[in-house]
Amino acid sequence: MSGPLLVVSNLCVSYGKVEAVHDVSLAVEEGSIVTVIGPNGAGKSTLLGAIMGTLPARGGVRYGGRDISRMTVEQRVAAGLVLVPERRELFGSMKVAENIELGAFARLRQGDRAALRVRDEVYARFPRLAERAEQEAGTLSGGERQMLALGRALMARPRLLMLDEPSLGLAPLIVREIFSIVVALKATGVSILLVEQNARAALEVSDYGYVLETGDCVLHGPSRDLAANPRVAATYLGQAATP
Amino acid sequence: MGLQRIALAILLLLLAAVPVVAPAFWVTLANYIGLYSMVALGLVLLTGVAGQTSFGQAAFVGIGAYTSAYLTTRYALSPWITLVIGVAFTCAVALFLGFITLRMRGHYLPLATIAWGISLYYVFGNLEALGGHTGMSGIPALSLGGIELKDERRYFYLIWLLTLAALWTTRNLLDSRPGRAVRALKGGLDMVEAFGVDAARLKIVVFVYAAVLACISGWLYAHLQRFVNPTPFGINQGIEYLFMAVVGGAGSVWGAVVGATLITLMKEWLQDLLPVLLGRQGNFELVVFGLLMVLILQFARDGVWPWIARFVPRAAVKPVPDAEPLPARPRAVGNGPLLEVKQARKQFGGLVAVDNLSFDIHAGEIVGLIGPNGAGKSTTFALISGALPLTSGEVRLRGESIGSRPPYEIARRGLGRTFQHVKLIGAMSVLDNVAIGAYLRGSSGVVRAALKLDRAEEARVRAEAARAVARVGLSGHMHDAAGSLALGQQRIVEIARALASDPALLLLDEPAAGLRYLEKQELARLLRALRDEGMTILLVEHDMDFVMGLTDRLVVMDFGEKLAEGKPADIQRNPAVREAYLGGVA
Amino acid sequence: MDLTIAALLAQDGITNGAIYALLALALVLVFTVTRVIFVPSGEFVAWGTLTLAGLQLGKASGIVGLLVGMAVLAGLMETWRCVRAGELARLPRALALWCAVPLAVAAVLWFAAPMGFPLLVQVLLTLAAVTALGPLLYRVAYQPLAEASVLVLLIVSVALHFTMLGFGLWFFGAEGSRTPAFTSASFTVAGINVSVQSLLVVGTSLALIGALALFFGRTLYGKALRATAVNRAGARLCGISPEFAGALTFALAALLCGFCGVLIGPITTVYYDSGFLISLKGFVGAIIGGLASYPIAAAGSLLVGLIESFSSFWASAFKEVIVFTLIIPVLLWRSLRTHHHEDEE
Repeated sequence: MSGPLLVVSNLCVSYGKVEAVHDVSLAVEEGSIVTVIGPNGAGKSTLLGAIMGTLPARGGVRYGGRDISRMTVEQRVAAGLVLVPERRELFGSMKVAENIELGAFARLRQGDRAALRVRDEVYARFPRLAERAEQEAGTLSGGERQMLALGRALMARPRLLMLDEPSLGLAPLIVREIFSIVVALKATGVSILLVEQNARAALEVSDYGYVLETGDCVLHGPSRDLAANPRVAATYLGQAATP
Repeated sequence: MGLQRIALAILLLLLAAVPVVAPAFWVTLANYIGLYSMVALGLVLLTGVAGQTSFGQAAFVGIGAYTSAYLTTRYALSPWITLVIGVAFTCAVALFLGFITLRMRGHYLPLATIAWGISLYYVFGNLEALGGHTGMSGIPALSLGGIELKDERRYFYLIWLLTLAALWTTRNLLDSRPGRAVRALKGGLDMVEAFGVDAARLKIVVFVYAAVLACISGWLYAHLQRFVNPTPFGINQGIEYLFMAVVGGAGSVWGAVVGATLITLMKEWLQDLLPVLLGRQGNFELVVFGLLMVLILQFARDGVWPWIARFVPRAAVKPVPDAEPLPARPRAVGNGPLLEVKQARKQFGGLVAVDNLSFDIHAGEIVGLIGPNGAGKSTTFALISGALPLTSGEVRLRGESIGSRPPYEIARRGLGRTFQHVKLIGAMSVLDNVAIGAYLRGSSGVVRAALKLDRAEEARVRAEAARAVARVGLSGHMHDAAGSLALGQQRIVEIARALASDPALLLLDEPAAGLRYLEKQELARLLRALRDEGMTILLVEHDMDFVMGLTDRLVVMDFGEKLAEGKPADIQRNPAVREAYLGGVA
Repeated sequence: MDLTIAALLAQDGITNGAIYALLALALVLVFTVTRVIFVPSGEFVAWGTLTLAGLQLGKASGIVGLLVGMAVLAGLMETWRCVRAGELARLPRALALWCAVPLAVAAVLWFAAPMGFPLLVQVLLTLAAVTALGPLLYRVAYQPLAEASVLVLLIVSVALHFTMLGFGLWFFGAEGSRTPAFTSASFTVAGINVSVQSLLVVGTSLALIGALALFFGRTLYGKALRATAVNRAGARLCGISPEFAGALTFALAALLCGFCGVLIGPITTVYYDSGFLISLKGFVGAIIGGLASYPIAAAGSLLVGLIESFSSFWASAFKEVIVFTLIIPVLLWRSLRTHHHEDEE
């Protein structure tokens, strides 16, 4: 296949009369990690919601060479486009094992009998989840919840995994773990679109980056260049705060 | 005289002419439309505006009718006395039903009213004293100033006088201090509570108001028919009333009249047509009403009225005249800190969001609460404002413990706040939104508002709100719908609303998010000016530049705990903060 | 009242309570998954009884007309949706699901009706027909409103109840029906006469409840429905579409209502409009369970059945009043217990 895995062109999302994302275009190459950084309220989560189909949007979304802008969320999931949302959206009163199993729902429903085999890989990657398989998801700690959300998403065998603020509220040690998993996933061929507040970490692991500000894409380029860009350094890496 | 008034005058003249010129059949229909409108009006307020509903309004109509029927025939009481007794009885029942259902969030009121509507129907039908299913006859006619209102054409004027009065009071109510809060209940419940509105109480009041209108309609009905039986007070009729409100347009008082007219006429027409069409007898008009209702809710959820309203001239926006300021809170506080957070802890299931957090805020300071995303800042805000109860620990405002109190009680003690996710009522004007902030500074209740006795205070509230809007520099948008503003401006409107509450402590949740550079600078200027006037501000913010330049002191959180506290310059040099906040990874 | 009467009343109460429990479960299921308060459940109950009664007289009755009408409507809506989205390739599958299946059920019913099949086959046919109507109702009336508030969905439910009542009158007529008892056998335990019919009703209820528990606990689709009830957004992200969950839920609920109709037929004469009062008793049970807890809803329904049975002995004219007033102490208790912070759906 030629061309990037995901191509978003001139995407606009409005809440009522307020436009939260304005004319944003981006692309994710197969097998790469692309990050979208920007301050709170810049429209990053909205952008992911629009790509996933949970929010109505105008503009083009092409995935794997196909126009998916009219597909339902479920069709996109079945096509391997999977989102781990900022709020995790776990099934709190269900067991960890059930959460994991339901991650494979789209595959199982398509009649893919091997879908549950991924479970072993997920438990191998997150041994903590295997230990807590019989516990209710609502009793997990913040880091475990993020792992479960990731594990559940991996059960769908994503081709493009979208992560919304995976480091949110996690201790540095766990953030490090999560980011190393993200890098490991890339090595297995999964493409990743990563939205992060933690700009430094995000730029370190990613290949290409976009900077979103009040709904507009103001800057983009290879992550290395962005990290070196004085404006990005000032606003998002907190160096302006240093006298 | 505005176009709108001329239209209204013509409408009233036409209405007054009905009994003079129309044939008896149409006068009867018009009488029923008036009676139904009154009940539907209550549902407009309850369902369309407040977002609650009742399927049991017919039962309240029944209470009004049966109370008067029984007391006038059995004890020969004057119908005017039985009206008072009926209303009192209705209030008691509605208060009770409201109390047991409306304090809970959810849909218990409609379910309870279905059960109540059915039960009352069986009570009417089975009590011998009330004539059982055959009903009661011989109810005396009303007389007013020596004139007996036996004739339908005379009765028409009484019905429509009361219906129009109900329309007038409901409109007044919607445009008042309690009315603004009622209009914000649907979609802004947390917000109104944060400005001192006891939402559960307000919902109960609205329910009682709707029940009283239904009761008056029933009383009129009993003395019009001079006979009652249980049929018109059953659950079917209760649901038909709801149809009227929804079909007409539950968002506007005129929707009630339009809906009552449409449904009454359609019913009349269908009852003649359907048996001919279908070749059998039965309540088939209900099928049509049911389908109509489903279609209206699927395709035109606001009913018929918005469509008619396009042809009605609009009243011009009136400027807000200046008025005496509302009484302000004394600025002076004791020696102690204004806000004390002591060992606050909040746990959700296995997740500890805030742990052992303590800090103080002194009067006249701007304090920033910072930390990486998910560090527990928003939860801390929710604990201070009462949106979440503490798991353990204590929060004191001006020396008084406020931990785990409901938000409306905390607001009363001087806390004004903005929300991270803007909570404005999009369809209301900026001015009305800001006036909600001044809720606690007024005192007009439902009765004063309904009778328009609140105008002096209302003028002061509006002037105060206008001043708050001007203060934040949005005078140009005062009369625009809040939902039409850009996100950044909406955040500023939220600050104006908090200012209108004359707070001792202002809580700002990410005020600069979504603002452009110049807007941020303006916001910083405004907040500094407020501090110089003695306001105390606690803000959560991510924009470091903004926070460092503005605040007097910072509290840094990480993983729910306090990581550091101090002057911005010291915080910037703190290695632990740099590590945590700036995210050194890998 | 002596012990024998008390035992008889208790037996009646438990039998009815077991039927109400099935309804209460259906109501809780529909509410938690779709946020719909399923007021027209009563019509499904009544149609169940009336269909079985019709089959016993060798008539396919009105249910065939209802199935055909709804299937055609659903087919039109699906066609419109596919045409508008420009996805004509999906149309055959959609039509097969929404038109062909219900039409096939209707056809089987039509041809089987005069054949005089044994009771069990007739019961199965009845259940199949009623079950097929559930997803159709969801597709036609509720799916276009999936994002609406609970209140709007409730008003739609009530409107549908009326519409379906009218259609019930149209298709089934105004005459009441009572189906013969499955068995008239009875036996005596400790001086108390126990009817096998009652045992059959209670046993069927228990078996169904057990089957539901297995479905929700063990099967993928059962877990998917639970997941949707717990977190709708999360379920979508796993590929569980709300439409799928809604249709499946309505099929299950209709099946449960159909069972209620079949079980209640020999106990009482059912008219086209009898369902509402029956379903309201299920509602009282469901409200006791806060529209959330299955076991409490089932237990509550049993209580409703017992109270109804005993009050019909003491104050039969006020039997309904007493049953419906029961929700007042329940709500009062919930209200006093409730804290200020309760999540809005």
